[in-house]
Amino acid sequence: MGEQVKAAFALLPSYLGQHVLLSLSALVLGLVLSLPLAVWAARDARVRWPVLALASLIQTIPGLALLALFYPLLLALGSLIGQKLPALGFLPSLLALALYSMLPVLRNGVTGITGVDPAVREAADGLGMTPAQTLWRVELPLAAPVIMAGVRTAAVWTIGAATLSTPVGQPSLGNYIFSGLQTENWVFVLFGCGASAVLALAADQLLGLIEGGLARRDRRRILAGGIGLVVGAALAMAPLLVHENRPRYVIGAKNFSEQFILADLIGRRLEEQGAAAQSREGLGSAVIFRALAAGDIDAYVDYSGTLWTNVLGRRDIPSRQAMLEALTKELKARYGVTVVGALGFENAYALAMKADRAQALGVHTLADLAPAAPGLTLGGDLEFLSRPEWAAIRRAYGLNFKAERSYNPTFMYQALKSGEADVISAFSSDGRIAADNLVTLADPKGAVPAYDAVVLVSPKRAGDRRLLAAVRPLIGHIPVDAMRQANLSVDRDRDKSTPQDAAAALAKAIGVQ
Amino acid sequence: MADPLIELDQIGKSFDGGRAFALRDVTLSLAQGSFTALVGQSGSGKTTTLKTINRLVEPDRGEVRIGGRAVRDQPGPQLRRGIGYVFQGIGLFPHLTVGENIAAGPRLAGWAKDRTAARSLELLDLVALPRAVADRRPAELSGGQQQRVGLARALAAGPKIMLMDEPFGALDPVTRLELGDAYRALHQRLGLTTVMVTHDVQEAVLLADRVVVMKGGRVLADDAPRNLLAGHPDPDVAALMSTPRVQAERVAELMRSGPGG
Repeated sequence: MGEQVKAAFALLPSYLGQHVLLSLSALVLGLVLSLPLAVWAARDARVRWPVLALASLIQTIPGLALLALFYPLLLALGSLIGQKLPALGFLPSLLALALYSMLPVLRNGVTGITGVDPAVREAADGLGMTPAQTLWRVELPLAAPVIMAGVRTAAVWTIGAATLSTPVGQPSLGNYIFSGLQTENWVFVLFGCGASAVLALAADQLLGLIEGGLARRDRRRILAGGIGLVVGAALAMAPLLVHENRPRYVIGAKNFSEQFILADLIGRRLEEQGAAAQSREGLGSAVIFRALAAGDIDAYVDYSGTLWTNVLGRRDIPSRQAMLEALTKELKARYGVTVVGALGFENAYALAMKADRAQALGVHTLADLAPAAPGLTLGGDLEFLSRPEWAAIRRAYGLNFKAERSYNPTFMYQALKSGEADVISAFSSDGRIAADNLVTLADPKGAVPAYDAVVLVSPKRAGDRRLLAAVRPLIGHIPVDAMRQANLSVDRDRDKSTPQDAAAALAKAIGVQ
Repeated sequence: MADPLIELDQIGKSFDGGRAFALRDVTLSLAQGSFTALVGQSGSGKTTTLKTINRLVEPDRGEVRIGGRAVRDQPGPQLRRGIGYVFQGIGLFPHLTVGENIAAGPRLAGWAKDRTAARSLELLDLVALPRAVADRRPAELSGGQQQRVGLARALAAGPKIMLMDEPFGALDPVTRLELGDAYRALHQRLGLTTVMVTHDVQEAVLLADRVVVMKGGRVLADDAPRNLLAGHPDPDVAALMSTPRVQAERVAELMRSGPGG
């Protein structure tokens, strides 16, 4: 527990700085967009309805989905204008959060400006103020407290929603939450929630001070709130200014422990080579490959069967070696992506059951499962049920389950334990298979391809000696036992390690340290 | 009659795409230094007529000229900076102090800061408010004090013309009388040309030196108060102008009948 808290604090300067930078930029961009819109909508009733309706509509999109939508949107936009736009990381997060922050400012802006006493407006007209002078000298000062209340709401929303930028590759306080959720590290989850709540509260209080100052025309309050915000933001973002002279590498990771550990292991090797490395964690299978092909990340570990079916769209299942060779050739030719080599272990999708349950039902292979399936519930990870592998298994063995449910990988094992699910899409390198006393069902018809873990490098780093030097010693050197051990140390309920500790232990175990 | 300062030449204004008329052929010629009251019932077009002078309302037909120059050819804000405007709603800026309210006009005219501040105090004296109210907010003042500030604000940039729309309408009778008399004195002292809209005939005849009676967007009568009070061939005008006299007679009768009981 104390160890975890210490580990969490060590990451705080970087996560907090990124979180503040992102929220602040998004809020400022949102204000720059929404204030003129609010003025326009307040002046013109025909504009008012569509603008407010659109802002409300954006608000109904779940924050995570809005962030995710900007990935394909930016890719499409990039190809439209013939320029590569960064589709992961800061830009999509900034745009999504800025959009998200607009509604309260728009709504309060319109309310505040249209709420100005008509007599006051007539007096301004009668004195000979131009519409712009009326806006700046009369309408905005009078609407300021109401607008500021909207800014407060927007700030709290933005700071909260910024935690969702982690899956699109922008580090934030959400990194605690997402990685904590994957590795069942509840200390991290709570730490992330707490930190973002404290940040939101602090921003809210300081903005509240400004709001009160505006309402009471008290310059001291406004000044105190403003100084508090500036100083707080500057302190939080100061760690980002620490100048990094070393070459920077970004290592991608999907959303489970093994990926976190391997990304950290590669990053660790790079740092030994004198480079700086940063992880982008929690990326989906399809997003992560496109991010690599686009150069948003420099390297990551994927699995041959996944690439074969999802990226190349192949339905045939060649031998392990033939698949690797074909992948190496095809990925290079089509995407310029380099397959450095296989790490030496496989992480296959394998349907797993509790050993005693399988024994009782007499199920040893996928073929045995077919007659029992209509009485059983299948639990898949978040992508399994929509992947071609599942379609292939289902076709080959004629499996029809009573129900099919998706879980976050961590909760999938819990569901099996608690009996909510009878069969799950386990990962063969997962330490929990042995620890939880599970059996994986054999695939006699060969419906599932091989899933050798392979290291991929982006086109722009294809000839990068430092990266290749860091990765090559790992090729063929990670046996499945070592990987399972590392995974289990992170996934187990007691004496949990952080992925960083597990990576260090793994490096030691395979002798590359 | 002195040279006309404000001329309204066959002003017409319609609403609802020509179905309803606010003004029909209103022609007035107002002399420099005159105090004109526009009277009539609600909807008679008196406020609309007043607002065509400072372009808060644009007429559809006809021309308004000030000093021989068509107001249509001058930008509205520019024009209005040279004309004082006081109305029943007062419309003091609640976020500014009384002093800052009065200084609004001079600020728009680009006066220097110290000159503006001095002017605010000077105007408080003029409208008989203590200088100490300069630092208060409008909300802290009574209705009568607020309209005095409204008056001061309208006069601050030194206009030669004052347009007033029911300026004392929302005040109690005592304050109303007092402020009316105070304004009448200012009008003379500053050599202003005043156009005041009111539905109170008594106020009109006591303050103005000329009364214009309007009905249905037309001018029914335009004469000195004394002449109109003596009678008029138009029954509407005669009825309206008889109200102060009828009231006075009833009051006199009431007083003759001695103490009631």
